Amino acid sequence: MESIKVEEQEELHTLSYLDGVKDCIPTLLGYISIGLAMGVVGVSSGLSILHVFLLATFVYAGASQFIICAMIATSSPISAIILTTFIVNLRHLLLSSALAPKFTQYSIQKNIGIGSLVTDESFGVAITKIARKEPINDRWMNGLNLTAYLVWIAACTVGGYIGGWFPNPEQFGLDYALPAMFIALLILQLQTIEPTKLKHYLLLITLMIICMLTFSTFLSSSLSVILSTIIVATIGVVTDK
Amino acid sequence: MISNTSFFLLLIGCTLVTFIPRVIPFLVARNFTISASVEKWLSYLPVCIFTGLIVESLLETGGSNTISINWEALLATIPTIIVAFLSKSLLTTVLFGVVCMAVMRLVL
Repeated sequence: MESIKVEEQEELHTLSYLDGVKDCIPTLLGYISIGLAMGVVGVSSGLSILHVFLLATFVYAGASQFIICAMIATSSPISAIILTTFIVNLRHLLLSSALAPKFTQYSIQKNIGIGSLVTDESFGVAITKIARKEPINDRWMNGLNLTAYLVWIAACTVGGYIGGWFPNPEQFGLDYALPAMFIALLILQLQTIEPTKLKHYLLLITLMIICMLTFSTFLSSSLSVILSTIIVATIGVVTDK
Repeated sequence: MISNTSFFLLLIGCTLVTFIPRVIPFLVARNFTISASVEKWLSYLPVCIFTGLIVESLLETGGSNTISINWEALLATIPTIIVAFLSKSLLTTVLFGVVCMAVMRLVL
């Protein structure tokens, strides 16, 4: 028993920045395709390449960047764009809440650094590793986060450059990279669950679908995701024995 | 076109509203010990959020309180789920999903 603990400790210690970079690679196709599309859309909405670059660098949120561009194109007021961005990104509060307890032993600066680069995908990769009871540490997380961040900025900027002559990215199914990634992350998550709990999880998934279909009829889809998640996760706790 | 001043105001605002929700849980978690039930609640988040995001991608929200199913996405989603189950690989699933969608758009 003790030797296993020592081994785990060693692994925790030796898990490097480069391991994080490697674990990021499967998600990169998603970042690249969506980022390119983002750059193309940005330039066609009247932004300059510098604007596209700055949005990718500071906002760093795919769905929000698309919505910002769409709202700029329709000349929406700045306050409305900021509010919409806030709502679309509010789910990061939930993602970070699930990850944060694993990083409490590190300094505040490190926590801010890790938190500020959390995305759906980096969260998915990290939480899958945690669910498989594999160790994670700060260097690994930074490798994962920074790789995704730099590739995203590069993809958005390149998309801005080729915006004028890039053919419709949808034609190549690239817009489906993101939903496909969510499917993979969900299935990988389910495959780590003990067989005895699977029924409970399938019930929660069914409830999520029902909640989404209900709330989407009168709320924005991103608010529906947040509200459904809060309700169903609570039902999960109450119905868990 | 958007003026540079408006753009920078927008950039600052959007940076803050995306930065704050990401970072606050990391600051809060340091100062509180998390109770068992909260921990349990957090453990249900991944499955719920990913299900929510997948359903979101399958819906087309019309302007006037109506939703309809994006059949194209639903048709690509079913084989993609099967491939995810069999391959247990993020990259394989994403590549398959993209090719599947491209082929469907070519055929349909």
